[in-house]
Amino acid sequence: MSRIKACFAALKAENKKALIPFVTAGDPNPAVTVPLMHVMVEAGADLLELGVPFSDPMAEGPTIQKACERALEHGTSLRDVLAMVSEFRHTNSTTPVILMGYMNPVEIMGYQAFATAAAEAGVDGLLTVDMPPEEAGALVEVLKAVEIDPIFLLAPTTTDERVAKICAEASGFVYYVSLKGVTGAANLDVAAVDAKLAQIRRHTELPIGVGFGIRDAETAQRVAAVADAVVVGSAVVNRVAENAESPEKINEAVATLLCEMRVAMDAGPPKVGWFAKLFGTGK
Amino acid sequence: MSSEVADLPDASGHFGVYGGRFVAETLIEPLDELTAAYERLKNDAGFQAELDRDLADYVGRPSPLYFAERWSNMLGGAKIYLKREDLNHTGAHKVNNTIGQALLAKHLGKTRIIAETGAGQHGVASATVAARLGLECVVYMGAEDVKRQALNVYRMKLLGATVVPVESGSKTLKDALNEAMRDWVTNVDNTFYIIGTVAGPHPYPMLVRDFQAIIGREAKQQIMAAEGRLPDALIACVGGGSNAIGLFHPFIEDSDVAMYGVEAAGDGIDTPRHAAPLCAGRPGVLHGNRTYLVEDDNGQIIETHSISAGLDYPGVGPEHAWLKDIGRANYVAVNDDEALKAFHDLTKIEGIMPALESSHALAYAAKLAPTMRKDQTIIVNLSGRGDKDIHTVAGLEGITV
Repeated sequence: MSRIKACFAALKAENKKALIPFVTAGDPNPAVTVPLMHVMVEAGADLLELGVPFSDPMAEGPTIQKACERALEHGTSLRDVLAMVSEFRHTNSTTPVILMGYMNPVEIMGYQAFATAAAEAGVDGLLTVDMPPEEAGALVEVLKAVEIDPIFLLAPTTTDERVAKICAEASGFVYYVSLKGVTGAANLDVAAVDAKLAQIRRHTELPIGVGFGIRDAETAQRVAAVADAVVVGSAVVNRVAENAESPEKINEAVATLLCEMRVAMDAGPPKVGWFAKLFGTGK
Repeated sequence: MSSEVADLPDASGHFGVYGGRFVAETLIEPLDELTAAYERLKNDAGFQAELDRDLADYVGRPSPLYFAERWSNMLGGAKIYLKREDLNHTGAHKVNNTIGQALLAKHLGKTRIIAETGAGQHGVASATVAARLGLECVVYMGAEDVKRQALNVYRMKLLGATVVPVESGSKTLKDALNEAMRDWVTNVDNTFYIIGTVAGPHPYPMLVRDFQAIIGREAKQQIMAAEGRLPDALIACVGGGSNAIGLFHPFIEDSDVAMYGVEAAGDGIDTPRHAAPLCAGRPGVLHGNRTYLVEDDNGQIIETHSISAGLDYPGVGPEHAWLKDIGRANYVAVNDDEALKAFHDLTKIEGIMPALESSHALAYAAKLAPTMRKDQTIIVNLSGRGDKDIHTVAGLEGITV
């Protein structure tokens, strides 16, 4: 069984939802990334999304744009990212790692060369934001041959017909983009997400992750109540950015955020005001 | 040349392996909507009549085909004709496309227009049509370009547009395009994105080409009237490539007509400072399409350089990538100094001040014409006028205007 499948099966058995933090590899410098991956797992992450830095990240808000710029100042390349995954696997053989990025670095490396190297490094999934299934045929074929799951996006604008088509191509899990906008946006509508997830579930048994706009423990909890996995990107990257000048503080800052999210998600839907009791935010 | 070449792209937007639709999932549905609307309207007599009327009465078409006799004689070879897109309203070919896309926006019921711009010509052309239709207009422009093109920034503001300086990445045209895409994905319900060149996700390379092909259709009729036969060569500058494809496309099946797309070599294509993806780049995926790019070994896009802001872009339209690979068009590059000389020559010899973009095409014509016979003809697309570049040229000569 693939790591992604095993991970979701174990969570389901415990009646828990997956927490998937995202960090840009090499941000703010390459030495930070692998230790941070381990810290995120200890803080409650079930899967990890590792961003491959790109010069022109079209779907990202300012937070992840700047993360890409910081990582590229150190020249962090796709091959460097694969080396980081490989190093992570020395001591962690169970937590799934998904690479998230844009097509061009994969195009230039070559599909087959990438797939072979990624499988060797211990990568479990690939999500390329600018690669809809219509363009993905050749890449999906080589990924599936090395048992790397192609992770596809679904969006609020995706028609029912396309949802069916994309779910037929997808494996691992599908990723629902919770809003019309870029990463880090602030207009998340959980009721609308819930309605769309019901529509998607009619077409697939795969777990559904939801990302974009999940900023804190409260939104993580509300989304976890309706989805199978919660993807947290900009909120994590903000913790990295705030400590970019003193990287030794990054692990603690990220761990604190993820612990809060983990506790809130595992506590279930907000019924009894426990959130205020735990964190005193009055929400 | 078979009609199959002229019939591209295919239904999914591909020119061979190039083009396509490499965008985030959220944009697929609006791109499908745009494709369907365009397919419906391009054969709609009412829409075409409205477009033709705007092109005639508002843009001022047809633009003349002018025989540059004195310059031709001085070069001592082929007769050079200039397709005078510089005489269009707003001073360049860009308006042919923005008029068309603004009509599409109106028919789709969109109330807000966004555009990206490098030199500012496409931004001005977009702000112009938005003003005329009473649509809100937001133009994204790299912060570096905002500094370099202050005149066009002010023109856009006078036209009622909001100009947003883009501070990310290299702060130039490619980053403006990224930011426009981000706006579109956020405001997709009420917003129409007017892309300024024959690049981006399908259907943009096709529909921008179709709107610009008026250049080549007119030129064909005009050269037949003047010379009684087709030209021997076409020359146009290529940044994204919209003026070039507009001139080339109606001639694609005329295999005796040679085509030359002229890229910006900046300091030279053997230096790191150029903007010539077809001459010195390689294929990749950026801004929604697969095409030739200026990029490094890791697939990161490299900052480009050209004296001409309108050619300062690391990609190129996918149809050009295809025409290069099948050998139907030739792609060459001209450096900053050569373009600047052509700018001065045409100004002094013909009394026509060309844009620095168009000056690249003229510089190549000055190389090609002397190698041809005097009874042969060349059409150069004079894609824009040079008023916007006076500050740049004066600055190079140490003069403050």
